[in-house]
Amino acid sequence: MTRYASLADSVGHTPLVGLPRLSPSTSVRLWAKLEDRNPTGSIKDRAALNMINVAEADGLLSPGATILEPTSGNTGISLAMAAKLKGYRLICVMPENTSAERKQLLAMWGAEVVSSPAAGGSNEAVRVAKKLSEEHPDWVMLYQYGNPANAEAHYLGTGPEILEDLPEVTHVVAGLGTTGTLMGIGRFLAEKKPGVKIIAAEPRYGELVYGLRNLDEGFVPELYDDSLISSRFSVGSRDAVRRVRELLEREGIFAGLSTGAIVHAAMAQAAKAHKAGESADIVLIIADGGWKYLSTGAYAADLDEVEEHLDTQVWA
Amino acid sequence: MAVEVKIPTILRTYTDGQKTVNSTGSTLAEVIDDVDSRHPGLKDRIVESAGLRRFVNVYVNDEDVRFSGGLSAPIADDDVVVVLPAVAGGAH
Repeated sequence: MTRYASLADSVGHTPLVGLPRLSPSTSVRLWAKLEDRNPTGSIKDRAALNMINVAEADGLLSPGATILEPTSGNTGISLAMAAKLKGYRLICVMPENTSAERKQLLAMWGAEVVSSPAAGGSNEAVRVAKKLSEEHPDWVMLYQYGNPANAEAHYLGTGPEILEDLPEVTHVVAGLGTTGTLMGIGRFLAEKKPGVKIIAAEPRYGELVYGLRNLDEGFVPELYDDSLISSRFSVGSRDAVRRVRELLEREGIFAGLSTGAIVHAAMAQAAKAHKAGESADIVLIIADGGWKYLSTGAYAADLDEVEEHLDTQVWA
Repeated sequence: MAVEVKIPTILRTYTDGQKTVNSTGSTLAEVIDDVDSRHPGLKDRIVESAGLRRFVNVYVNDEDVRFSGGLSAPIADDDVVVVLPAVAGGAH
């Protein structure tokens, strides 16, 4: 079906496309789920919409309410779209070193932005948001890191779509941020097709600040359950940029930088299966398109320069 | 057989400032023992009795060894082992 009653109804239902040029052989195949086809261009539309719908159903949100959320961009943009359609005010807390496009996009959608210190990354944005939430008890913090409706969006949508389009799926590779995508897909597949490997990919920053969520550092998203994960890759900025360029060059897909880490992990998995003489159908999630990252120079500049630049800023 | 081991800044006092050291071994434990034989003290900063120290992450070809056998994780020729201290980070 391609006709919907409203923009919100069109969230999800994204295409799954084969990647024949990046696949090692006809028996080890890579597939890309194009989440950049969502209304605001990222997978976060699924979680944002479900978190708002569930909050409304629970009576937490009423007309004119203010929503507050720590986000470095995509979730904020998705929430801003949903908030606009439903008449809520939105305040986003994000690290001051997130790209200019994101701040412009959020402002364009009508969200207000509060900056948190760059040094603490997203963990600091979470801390600042929690403090603001204490000062304004009437504001509603949906809190994507701990909101079951985030993972539920993928349990109800992304997971079933993957299985319907590719019943022979053997692996799913996605980014590890709030962990919602992996937890939701993982839980769905564990019930419906046990044995499918769930692989987490996380961008690795420079030595002092790296990892979407360093699980040893004391910040473990409440949604995270490592029993659902089969393996975890941590990908440096150089490899992520190399892969994101390769994806564009060889398959014509213009993806965002965190997707570079996902492609890198998926290709490592594909190479392993190929070497072992196994067949595999590996789904990788294209979390968003590359448009919001053009100002980082990642798509054209010298690799050494890009690596140095990205190590000092949030790029996922 | 050569394995490249990348050492984080905080542990380079043990390697005379070297960022990478070459090693041999067919498991992570063997590789760490081999490196420790030439750079004494390094192993104690990475491993404790129960296995890998809680605040150290080790990746083999970018894969977190906690999900692939820990100290028993198999190592092959030309693999790259990255040792990283666990510190804050974040995105999304």
